Amino acid sequence: MPVDIEARVISNTRLSPDYNVITLAAPEIGEATTPGQFVMVKPGRGGDPLLRRPFSVFEVLRDNGRVTGITLLSKRVGITTSMLFDAVEGDTVSCLGPLGRPFELVDPPTEAWMVAGGVGLAPFATLGEALVARGTKTTLFYGARSGKELFYLDWFASRGIELKLSTEDGTNGDKGRITLPLERELQRLGSADVMVYACGPEPMLEAVAHVAERYGKPSQVSVERVMGCGMGGCYSCVIPVKDEGGGQHYVRSCIGGPVFKGADLVWD
Amino acid sequence: MDLTTRIGSLELRNPLMAASGCFGYGVEYADAVDLTTIGAVVSKGLFLKERSGHPPQRIVETPSGMLNAIGLQGIGVHRYIKEKLPELRRLGATNIINICGSTLDEYVELARILSDAEGVHALEINISCPNIKEGGITFGCSLHGTFDVVSAIKKVTHLPVIPKLTPNVTDVASIAKSAEDAGADAVSLVNTFLAMAIDVETRRPKLSNIVGGLSGPAIRPIAVRMVYECRRALKIPVIGMGGIANATDVLEFMIAGATAVQVGTANFVDPFIWSKLLDGMRDYMTRHSIARIADVVGTVDTSAREKQWISS
Repeated sequence: MPVDIEARVISNTRLSPDYNVITLAAPEIGEATTPGQFVMVKPGRGGDPLLRRPFSVFEVLRDNGRVTGITLLSKRVGITTSMLFDAVEGDTVSCLGPLGRPFELVDPPTEAWMVAGGVGLAPFATLGEALVARGTKTTLFYGARSGKELFYLDWFASRGIELKLSTEDGTNGDKGRITLPLERELQRLGSADVMVYACGPEPMLEAVAHVAERYGKPSQVSVERVMGCGMGGCYSCVIPVKDEGGGQHYVRSCIGGPVFKGADLVWD
Repeated sequence: MDLTTRIGSLELRNPLMAASGCFGYGVEYADAVDLTTIGAVVSKGLFLKERSGHPPQRIVETPSGMLNAIGLQGIGVHRYIKEKLPELRRLGATNIINICGSTLDEYVELARILSDAEGVHALEINISCPNIKEGGITFGCSLHGTFDVVSAIKKVTHLPVIPKLTPNVTDVASIAKSAEDAGADAVSLVNTFLAMAIDVETRRPKLSNIVGGLSGPAIRPIAVRMVYECRRALKIPVIGMGGIANATDVLEFMIAGATAVQVGTANFVDPFIWSKLLDGMRDYMTRHSIARIADVVGTVDTSAREKQWISS
């Protein structure tokens, strides 16, 4: 059951002129969140913005085993993300969650490959931690526009998660899309079992799902659609999913997702 | 403190209803909200058959409101009765089913089917969706169309019949009167205002359907005025809606003449809004020594304003 918390801002770290990580005192949400779930967020108290916006839970923070809060990774693109970027300690952010269908985890000997594009890194901190805790060998494929927009590399590396990077300007890792190192590693992997997890822009998700399929590997992708309520009430965040009969139907990504099997989605 | 509310033969625990299209089929919210605490749950609009709805993008936020063009995606009446209604009965919800047709016969068929289903308490007749081309709103935009669809449905059902009216007409009160003359047990208003938003960078409409319906606090004063006009023209109850976001808004609609109210967009922002609205209503009743909420309905006092008008 989701809860609605007027969460106090504990800290707000600007990672770049566009990206920030905001820490919120929402332990009840942190306790209940499983990797891949999201919160519906509304900063400030006024009517602008009117609607909440969805954010993956980035980290669940613990102090001596006790959950103290959550963080959100945000990229400034609109009003809500600008307010989250500008928020200062003591501000409040309304958080409704946790919501949505989480990732399905995999166990050894199956490997886990997490593929992130830009702010699509957000669900992979909690997922990576959960996979590592199960002893699953975990790799993060992480692409961004430039090396300056690759964040938390040490965080992932220090948890035993292997990194494969790409940047569009070639300043770190492969020059180009993240599917370059992904496809190279899939070729190298051969017939071993791997679950591919992906989050990022939809064209990237489509490309990752197709590459995985081509190599016979299953994928789970976390989509982001324009969402009104996060609870299944408004039917705005739908995504086309394949029917058994060869057709397609719209599924609400808030309650049917945000995580879908890559092979189930119809890419439009 | 008495919050009970009467709509025709239907007695409600309180005047609050979840608006159609804003609460899924109701079961989606059962984890968060005790559905017995809401006066009634109005279902998402149902056709006879399943509908896929419009392609995304289906909503866009606008100043103090939002546009939607969902296109009445839905599971159809048969799956509703089989898959949702048993659960809603178990949860103790009071169910008002919103029905949509492309033809008069479809409305009549839907009313027949639902009248035989257990756990249906009233029918809301959607003759006002601005987002689909066929049927629906063509009835709701004419006096004859409204009269015909309401009287045809009344002939085949014992359930209270509540046509939901569009504000996209010159005189909503005359449409409401036509519904009353046809035997409607109540009217609900307003559905959304037909509207449009354009991305100036790409010069494309923000919604895939090009146009959509505006809801939220932005429309509230217009909706209050329309409820007030309908209250003055009708004997049957008016169910008011349009941008209600707190208890003050509920009371504003009720004082304007709404016997009950529906909450839509605000439920997206706060699914836990219902208990907050009820607390605020009780607080108002205490402060004003009101024993029965029904006693505030239509109590807007325009006398001083009218005197001012005459003397000026």
